[in-house]
Amino acid sequence: MGEPVPLLELDDVSISYFSRAGEVPAVTGVSLKIFPQEALGLVGESGCGKSTLAMAILRHFGGRGRIVRGTIRFAGRDMAELSPQALRHVRGGAIGVVYQEAMSALNPSLRIGEQLAEVAVFHSGVGWSEARHQAVAMLSRVNVPDPERVMAAYPHQLSGGQQQRIVIAMALLPRPQLLVLDEPTTSLDVTVEAGIVDLIGSLRAGLGTALLFISHNLGLVAQVCERVAVMYSGELIEEGSVRDVFVAPLHPYTRGLIRCIPQPHLDRARMRLRPIQGQVSPPGERPFGCVFGPRCEHFTSGLCNRGEIALVADESAARHRVRCVRWREISEEIPQPMAPIPRERTEDIALVVTDLDKFYSVESAGFWRRLVGAGRQEIKANQKLRFRIRRGQTLAIVGESGCGKSTFAKVLMGLEPATAGEIRLGEIDLAKLPVWRRPPEVLRALQMVFQNPDETLNPSFTVGTQIARAVRRLGVERGRVQISARVRELLGLTKLPMAFARHRPSQLSGGQKQRVGIARAFAGSPALVVADEPVSALDVSVQAAITELLLEIQRERGTTLVIISHDLGFVRYIADRVVVMYLGQVMETGSVEELFAPPYHPYTEALFSAAPVTDPLMRRNRVVLSGEPPSMLDLPIGCPFHQRCPRKLGSICEIEPPPMRRASEGHRIHCHIPLEELRGIAPVFRAGPT
Amino acid sequence: MTDAPVLSNETAAPHGSTPIGRVLRSVARLRRSRVGVVGASILVFWIAVALAAPLLAPFPPNQPLQPMAPPGTHAVGGTGVFWLGTDHLGRDLLSRIIWGARTVLVIAPLATLSAFIVGVSAGLIAGFKLGWLDELLSRVTDLVLAFPALVLYIVIISKFGASALNIVLAVTLASSPAVMRLTRGLVLELRNRAFVSAAQLRGESLWYIMVVEILPNARGPLIVDACLRLGYVTITIGTLGFLGLGLPPPDPDWGGMINETRQFALVFPYMVLFPCLAISSLVLGFNLLADGLRELSLQD
Repeated sequence: MGEPVPLLELDDVSISYFSRAGEVPAVTGVSLKIFPQEALGLVGESGCGKSTLAMAILRHFGGRGRIVRGTIRFAGRDMAELSPQALRHVRGGAIGVVYQEAMSALNPSLRIGEQLAEVAVFHSGVGWSEARHQAVAMLSRVNVPDPERVMAAYPHQLSGGQQQRIVIAMALLPRPQLLVLDEPTTSLDVTVEAGIVDLIGSLRAGLGTALLFISHNLGLVAQVCERVAVMYSGELIEEGSVRDVFVAPLHPYTRGLIRCIPQPHLDRARMRLRPIQGQVSPPGERPFGCVFGPRCEHFTSGLCNRGEIALVADESAARHRVRCVRWREISEEIPQPMAPIPRERTEDIALVVTDLDKFYSVESAGFWRRLVGAGRQEIKANQKLRFRIRRGQTLAIVGESGCGKSTFAKVLMGLEPATAGEIRLGEIDLAKLPVWRRPPEVLRALQMVFQNPDETLNPSFTVGTQIARAVRRLGVERGRVQISARVRELLGLTKLPMAFARHRPSQLSGGQKQRVGIARAFAGSPALVVADEPVSALDVSVQAAITELLLEIQRERGTTLVIISHDLGFVRYIADRVVVMYLGQVMETGSVEELFAPPYHPYTEALFSAAPVTDPLMRRNRVVLSGEPPSMLDLPIGCPFHQRCPRKLGSICEIEPPPMRRASEGHRIHCHIPLEELRGIAPVFRAGPT
Repeated sequence: MTDAPVLSNETAAPHGSTPIGRVLRSVARLRRSRVGVVGASILVFWIAVALAAPLLAPFPPNQPLQPMAPPGTHAVGGTGVFWLGTDHLGRDLLSRIIWGARTVLVIAPLATLSAFIVGVSAGLIAGFKLGWLDELLSRVTDLVLAFPALVLYIVIISKFGASALNIVLAVTLASSPAVMRLTRGLVLELRNRAFVSAAQLRGESLWYIMVVEILPNARGPLIVDACLRLGYVTITIGTLGFLGLGLPPPDPDWGGMINETRQFALVFPYMVLFPCLAISSLVLGFNLLADGLRELSLQD
């Protein structure tokens, strides 16, 4: 029979960008094969060249890029030799593409129907009515409800998840042999992402399309693909089956990457994150020899930096290749187990939130409605929130975008006033105390770490100046000498070199900026720090380092942490107690142990089952929610979750707000389903057959 | 255990610590934009001309010498050459243009500065405070912008008289609304950045947040706009002079020179042409510099 013919074959491909500064290599010497009907995941951190590679396959660069070496063959033909006309038929025809931002992939001024039909007309050469017919069929295939109505809609009238489904339908319409997905779910909520991922899986099975799935999220790749290629600094460093690579990775980078992702199914007592040291070298300054050398714990001078390192095959596994000279000796080594970080057990209360409401009133669109005064509508961003935060513990508030978790942080910090209710810090009620009326000791006690590292620091001033200002306002130190000593202490606390005091934020990487933000928050030794998605904007290997840093500072200082996050793996690792929110209301609260085991609230169960896991051997009960969270403007009556709840009882869920059920002393579930029944739900995760 | 050690441009740091170092660095950076260099050269040329006017001007600017002498005429009595000719009253055009540079290069920057002080302050307050204050400032702005600027100038100057101060005030009134709008837009975008929240959380005053946290980060577009606006103001001053609303005669003023000689323009076009060229080149200098600065700001 012989070797099957690969659908896509990259042979020693190198791509460079050319700018004023000269040639900057983005991808060097990548060789890859994708066979028909195969799903290959391409993973790596930002800047590793994975998107560049995908664009190169379609020979589509932003003007400045060029393939400087190697060939790309698709279905046996060299893409470089295709005429522009032939290329246009391959793009979007034989190779479908789905990008991260669905909104920018769709033309905002054309109806969905026209955009979809256009694709069929161009690539399949059918007439318009036949094309519309095919488009409707494809829309129902990607599970878009009411396809006829959607065909007549404009992109902005649809939700993000719907848009992404439409882009997928558009890519699949000409029945491509290969579908390239570039971070297709990154901007979506976890429960919506789970739906898209399931859809991709089922479509593959039905259509027999090969996939190139590009993602920074190893868990998604483990779920969608059977093979995976890992890129680092423009080079392919490991390739193999998902099972081989994720269970027994060979390259130190892959091993490190997998060890630094917190897993939703593993408790902190059972795994400890091991951050990879250092950061990715910028393109153009890549080291000689092994590109991972400067960050590798197994780096051996004279061996790893001697010359170019070849991709070698591991004979024991099928098509498993690794670019490391020491992989054989390293794979014997078992890393020293690190002591798990104990959880804080305390009953001391730091903060009590009682029946907190935060409503925004918005003017509705429409001149007439405003004129007759019917225009004001209320957004109930937080409704009757009620929980306690214990001293020295970490409380995580979990939920999807728009669930009101960030609003709560703003109210707590005094950036927005509450509508009703109490937030009690000792004797003071913070709920209606705006930040400019808070006494200095309250300002000192409550500080915040922000999400976006690029916005957290003022670009106009040096790091030292900014930390010093925080020390002057919040700290006890007075006088130049004392303040600069404190700045150095804070830089040390966040493990930044002293020289950084003189640097501007633009000279730092994302992780470093986040460290400075943490240093600034701790300037006045706060009792409580709120961190709003502190790691979600960072690269995977940096996330672990920041997570460990927060835990370490907390242990050292006894700080109470309030973490706001959508990432259950991160939450399970960092938190002691968890509050799950949906549409502005608390669904479930409990300690980490209680929350991640039955009884679950059905929403917690769905979130938990949607969380990506890197372990391909893990089996789980998949609970995929239909639809997306409804608009905050028309909240459902009764239980806010009833429209999407897979365990809905009946009309009672639509009429009555759910009762609070106490599963144990600190574990509360807001649901109509009796506790006994919730206890009977099977756990989401169970170890797979090994 | 830190993602620190590799730092790409360690060497770029030392300069920026002192204000002088920072200015020097920006000047050095401007060299990267060819358009910017041309613009800056034109400006430096005119500033040098204005500063050295007493040395450069061959004749006193207001002295009638020899009416309607074409360019290149030798003065009677061999005292020199009228390189650009003389006007209808016999004043040397070159000397008047040289001295006129002083007028425009004092009034235009002053007027622009004053428009920026008013516009930036109003924009900062409106964009940061929002609410009724924003509503009030924005509506006043709309009101001024709805007025044809020229009518505004004519009304103000004819009411209060033609003087340097009144020109500055009129330009301030007419230009500050646009500056206010620009600033407000920039503030609206910056006020939601996390570093502004961080400042609020340490209890910084409103004034500190607006001036120290927000304003420095809006400086790029504001500087570019200031350069463009200097150009507009130069044209405005020329227009006012042309309409007879500029500086009172006989002091040389480029716009006024065009106005005084325009009835001879068909016979002696050079009388109008040279002051026009002076105005255009100066405006061009400001505009090219603005383009260059914008180009640089897009680079990083």
